[in-house]
Amino acid sequence: MDWEVVIGLEVHAQLNTATKIFCDCPIAFGAEPNSHTCPVCLAMPGALPVLNAAAVDKAIALGLAIGAELNRHSIFARKNYFYPDLPKGYQISQYELPIVGKGTLTVQLADGVEKVVGVTRAHLEEDAGKSLHEAFIGQSGIDLNRAGTPLLEIVSEPDMRSPAEAVAYLKKLHALVRYLDICDGNMQEGSFRCDANVSLRRPGAAYGTRAEIKNLNSFRFLEKAIEYEIVRQRDILESGGQIVQETRLYDANRDETRSMRSKEEANDYRYFPDPDLLPLVLDESRIERIRDILPELPDAKRTRFMSQYALTAYDAGVLTAGRVLADYYEQVAAGVDGKLAANWVMGDLLGALNKAGIEIEGCPVSAEKLRLLVQRIADQTISGKIAKEIFEEIFYRGGEVDAIIDGRGLRQITDVAAIAAMVDAIVTANPQQAADFRAGKDKLLGFFVGQVMKASQGKANPDQVNAILLERLQKS
Amino acid sequence: MELHEFSLRELRQGLQERDFSSVELTTTLLKRISALNPALNAFVTVTESKALAAAATADARRAAGEDGPLLGIPMAHKDIFCTAGVRTTCGSKMLEHFVAPYNATVVERLAVEGMVMLGKLNMDEFAMGSSNETSYFGPVRNPWHTDMVPGGSSGGSAAAVAAGLIPVATGTDTGGSIRQPAALCGITGIKPTYGRVSRYGMIAFASSLDQGGPMARNAEDCALMLNVMAAHDPRDSTSHPAAASDFLRGLDRPLQGLRVGVPEEFFGAGLDPEVAAAVQAGIAELARQGAAVQSIRLPNNPHAVSTYYVLAPAEASSNLARFDGVRYTHRAANPADLTDLYQQSRYEGFGAEVRRRLLVGTYVLSAGYYDAYYRKAQQVRSLIREDFRRAFAEVDVIVGPTTPTPAFPLGAKNADPVAMYLADIYTIAVNLAGIPALSVPCGFTAAGLPIGMQLMGDYFADDLLLNVAHRYQQETQWHRARPPLQAREA
Repeated sequence: MDWEVVIGLEVHAQLNTATKIFCDCPIAFGAEPNSHTCPVCLAMPGALPVLNAAAVDKAIALGLAIGAELNRHSIFARKNYFYPDLPKGYQISQYELPIVGKGTLTVQLADGVEKVVGVTRAHLEEDAGKSLHEAFIGQSGIDLNRAGTPLLEIVSEPDMRSPAEAVAYLKKLHALVRYLDICDGNMQEGSFRCDANVSLRRPGAAYGTRAEIKNLNSFRFLEKAIEYEIVRQRDILESGGQIVQETRLYDANRDETRSMRSKEEANDYRYFPDPDLLPLVLDESRIERIRDILPELPDAKRTRFMSQYALTAYDAGVLTAGRVLADYYEQVAAGVDGKLAANWVMGDLLGALNKAGIEIEGCPVSAEKLRLLVQRIADQTISGKIAKEIFEEIFYRGGEVDAIIDGRGLRQITDVAAIAAMVDAIVTANPQQAADFRAGKDKLLGFFVGQVMKASQGKANPDQVNAILLERLQKS
Repeated sequence: MELHEFSLRELRQGLQERDFSSVELTTTLLKRISALNPALNAFVTVTESKALAAAATADARRAAGEDGPLLGIPMAHKDIFCTAGVRTTCGSKMLEHFVAPYNATVVERLAVEGMVMLGKLNMDEFAMGSSNETSYFGPVRNPWHTDMVPGGSSGGSAAAVAAGLIPVATGTDTGGSIRQPAALCGITGIKPTYGRVSRYGMIAFASSLDQGGPMARNAEDCALMLNVMAAHDPRDSTSHPAAASDFLRGLDRPLQGLRVGVPEEFFGAGLDPEVAAAVQAGIAELARQGAAVQSIRLPNNPHAVSTYYVLAPAEASSNLARFDGVRYTHRAANPADLTDLYQQSRYEGFGAEVRRRLLVGTYVLSAGYYDAYYRKAQQVRSLIREDFRRAFAEVDVIVGPTTPTPAFPLGAKNADPVAMYLADIYTIAVNLAGIPALSVPCGFTAAGLPIGMQLMGDYFADDLLLNVAHRYQQETQWHRARPPLQAREA
């Protein structure tokens, strides 16, 4: 009998506020250790936390975007445990009453099917610092620059049933936080981290015992770790064993998960409400103010792209996966055919970016420049083939589209007489091929088109070349 | 009257009239400290050169035309308030060498007014104690009888003010730590409404109960101090937006028509008869001045001590987790590993009473016990709050004894922590509710030990309490009595 995999994800999104969640220290990745610290985030005696309102606003934005209940009254709690990079000996988090309650996220699967994944809750908390083991012999260093960085922990329901669904959910959430501009989504630097709860069960049976897998800092690792975990758990279950509830670490180098600690070894965190912070009360005007400035979200944008630009669901999905790419596309599509613009953005542009290893944010060709290039195809100034040459030029070396067209004489030849003269010369110079074509060798049309385009240095309008060739070759 | 007996108003007048300078005043008190402190152990740290420099600055400000009720006046802080550049020990080996790079808000505010800090005052370790015997730096002795405890945890503050080493001091009160030592040392101390005085830079014991306040020789001096200490502080989320007030304004209002409630629960078994008699006499004086006295009930008050000894240790177990041997604290030598570093540093750094409370606090928050202890205690806390809400619908102030007994001998209660905890039986409910309360001297035992009367008010009725205490002190002399220390002065 088959096993059904049950997956729930816990995502820690680092909120992109200018300062930490409980003090005024700036947030910066890669700064000199302990240079962005103060008595509050160093947990000096008597120092007290003051909540950063910007972090709250970003949590509200996420809540609104997933249609979640926003708790008008939420509580900060202390999660108590000792660790050197946790200077207070407790992490300020939310426990019994989080700011964001139940919501949903709709994900698009590869087969075009949509799936609604439940979001259990999202709560605000502070990040810990970092322990540095490499640079010290027999000692550990502590860097508290990251201590107090605001995190939004977003917990899903155990609604996903395959690694692909988990990846689709994570990608959707990743896109969403970047659309909302609440998190930079940088998975390498750890500003968007994911833990996966994975269990197996017989279809229809109660949930099985789960393992929590940590350290999944890419979509691919999430997929591979779940795949590994499915096999591991299935082997145990099918040999009559039992799954131990535990925390496991994914090792990307060895592509395996390893036990970190069992439930018995888990800390008793002794959560209790933090008496240094008042309950967080949200008033309606604050929520409405944030609702008013919410950007268009991926699903709405996708639907609009399909109708406004006559795109397929797939194309609209690719183009709205990120807010920057979607904005780029809309600038290119302004005034030209949406489908043509989509082909250029998805084909040539994304291909070149991918090849060069550049994100859309760092694209060397402005949307306005690409729009002009596409415009020149549409107004028949240049052919598609010439356009590809020009694109290569502006992508790798820069320059202006029209200047390149004029400077190199790439303007398309659309003069019927001129094209007819070229066609006549080619037909006359190749009597044998002409005869063969007329005798039924249709494939030779390509030969003639190629010859004419070559003679015109690629500038002849291909449609016109085709039409005139056919007309001339029919005549006998 | 000698300089060390002057009230703040008299000191200001002397400074204004150039009878003495701040440097002269400071020098006089520093001499008195060096003479008397060895017997009292009220100061953990004396900052003589910094004090003289601050006094010179205050004199220069005054010479430049500045004036203010606290300008140039000496004081000292309980060693729980962080002071930039001066060590802050909290009475613990754990912080024996800790020097904060910042001032507590209270320290900052008083310094800006030109007060001259003479040093840091001894206290029970991390404010956990009612006798000042848990201090790593040794017990403080009661100036009225040096075999007796001064009370705690602000025992150094109370003893120093009572002995005339300083005219005023800061203290903190989590379960009675201002009022109980004030009562035992014969001075006036107020625990303000929770949220009046910033907790920033005040080392936390139990955050939801801790409140700083002044300790002085009369109510007017407390009011002058509180005028500066009470202020909204954006660095403390529990600081009240309307924390600031002018506590002098209503000080002289007559007590005619004041409704005084006397809780039956405060006069039951365990109350020393001499204390009961003195407090009844104090209540009679309020009645003589026109107050209407009635009996009231605070039915949940008997649960206050047990509620407190769940909640305060719970918060403390978390608040004191930062003292872990990793950064600025005591660190054990040669730990075997990380766990050993924590265990040894904390075992060596904390005294027995602190360790006891941390264990209790950790236990009551543990999985499986949280509902039975912590959550239940919070529910009782609501009932206690409700008691006061009902009472203040009928009366303006509640009056009773501050402590069940006068000062007891050093060592008397060390073997029995619960007996020690019961020293705070009348003061704890106030902290659980968050209301203000103060203690005024109201008599002496036959053995010559001071007795304190406690006044409790509704939220933000701090000014009313000071008003009642001030009017009481206009008609009584108990607060003017001074301990017989002169003979031992060097």
